[in-house]
Amino acid sequence: MLHLLHNTGQAMFMLFEAIWFIRHAFGRRSRQETFTQLYVTGIKSLAVITVVALFTGMILALQTGLELKRWGYEEFIGSAVAVTMIREMGPFMTGLIIAASVGSAIAAQLGTMTVSEEVAALEVMSINPNRFLVMPRLVALAVMMPILTVYTNILGIMGGAVVGATQLGVSVRAYMDNATQFAANKDLYVGLLKAFVFGIIIVTVACHQGFVTREGAVGVGKATRRSVIISFLIILVVGYMITRLFYI
Amino acid sequence: MIRFENVTKVLGGRAVLDQVDFEIGEGETFVIVGLSGAGKSVTLKHIIRLMQPDSGRIYIDNEDLVAADRRELQELRRKFGVLFQGAALLQWMNVRDNVGLPLREHTRMSDDEIRKQVDDRLELLGLADAAEKFPSDISGGMQKRAGLARAIIMNPKIVLYDEPTSGLDPVTSRRIDDLIVDMRERLGITSVVVTHDLHSALAIGSRIMMLHQGRIVENAPPADFIRSQNETVQSFLESQYITKKGKWEELIHG
Ligand SMILES: Nc1ncnc2c1ncn2[C@@H]1O[C@H](COP(=O)(O)OP(=O)(O)OP(=O)(O)O)[C@@H](O)[C@H]1O
Ligand SMILES: [Mg+2]
Repeated sequence: MLHLLHNTGQAMFMLFEAIWFIRHAFGRRSRQETFTQLYVTGIKSLAVITVVALFTGMILALQTGLELKRWGYEEFIGSAVAVTMIREMGPFMTGLIIAASVGSAIAAQLGTMTVSEEVAALEVMSINPNRFLVMPRLVALAVMMPILTVYTNILGIMGGAVVGATQLGVSVRAYMDNATQFAANKDLYVGLLKAFVFGIIIVTVACHQGFVTREGAVGVGKATRRSVIISFLIILVVGYMITRLFYI
Repeated sequence: MIRFENVTKVLGGRAVLDQVDFEIGEGETFVIVGLSGAGKSVTLKHIIRLMQPDSGRIYIDNEDLVAADRRELQELRRKFGVLFQGAALLQWMNVRDNVGLPLREHTRMSDDEIRKQVDDRLELLGLADAAEKFPSDISGGMQKRAGLARAIIMNPKIVLYDEPTSGLDPVTSRRIDDLIVDMRERLGITSVVVTHDLHSALAIGSRIMMLHQGRIVENAPPADFIRSQNETVQSFLESQYITKKGKWEELIHG
């Protein structure tokens, strides 16, 4: 318990310091690293996200569509898919994928740097690792998570439209009309807020796990696995809390 | 220049350093030897406050290192260059960018000036051809030399070496030894060298300190070190085929 508090405190300190350094994100010393991280974060998981997003939308459309069709309301799948994607599934799925791909890569990289004394070397050179390593990754995830979530939403809704048209006899036009009619701006904002918060959670957990890595290669494996599991858990809990906060 | 006063550090329930007391003077090449786990790296880490002692004091140029605040610590660390055991180069940067990193971070030099300074050092260390290569693509010896180039790029007064020759072939090891001696003679740099290699300790050291089970068992100039009456020292010497009388006398600096 004490251990947990200590770690949380450490991670929070790291996060706040990184936030403080964001003003240097595009300065001479960090510019290149910030762009690299933005690029890596944006590109790395695009393929996986595409597939997952399409199928999430298709599954949602099929499940709810079959149920709605029994009652003759199948034209409502547009809104069912759009609202579920935008409010919940978009940020959630994107968060899980990014935690598993980008987050684990960050934990592995910083963990390797820690056990090979590269982080200690930075400290000795008076280069703050929170500015040099954490801040560019924080910027990248805070920016890219909402963008990727919008992408997930769009693909999910498109996947739903395909299923609607081919399996349920709902024309694409009717599907889209219904989707845009019921999805509110609030849903979009709350969804993007979630994505943003998830991004910060992922980067904080991954960097912290990287920095506390011990015992060589075995330790790096442990840190990577822990970073994914911890991010998943926090994303679930915080996702629920944000939903509660805005929809009750 | 560097002074330890009664420094004790407990790690994993064991006193890795137990009331350690020593002083390193300006211009010395101070060598720390000892068996694996004797606390050599831990001692080095205390000198640059990568670790804090549980009790005792450490002074750098008479300034209290243990109590230094963030800004003072930064000032104190500026006096140091550190060569880590595994060189600790950043893997995603080529050798030139690695060596130039401190300049890029702490000075307002233009990229051209930085490049010139870096290439000078690389030349000095025989790495001119490796400037564009990445750490994973060069040999261990070259990595150590690149690490050394980075350590001295800011013209530090003191350079710390953690096992600069371990894992290197004998020829490269002697070259690194020569570099360390060179550094003192040409630039007046104070060196603290951690090593397992008694041969190089005797060849380069102005003073040799042996740690054993957290305590100092000997701290003497090389000529006296090999005559030590301490049993631990004697068995350590014998393990590396060094006897009191022999050609090692010639190797030792006066
Ligand atoms: N961060 C740490 N946490 C716990 N124990 C540590 C830590 N760092 C070092 N130790 C322990 O302290 C002891 C001394 O370690 P140190 O690294 O100084 O040895 P060394 O003399 O450098 O040995 P080697 O020649 O193998 O490098 C070892 O027993 C090690 O297990
Ligand atoms: Mg060591």
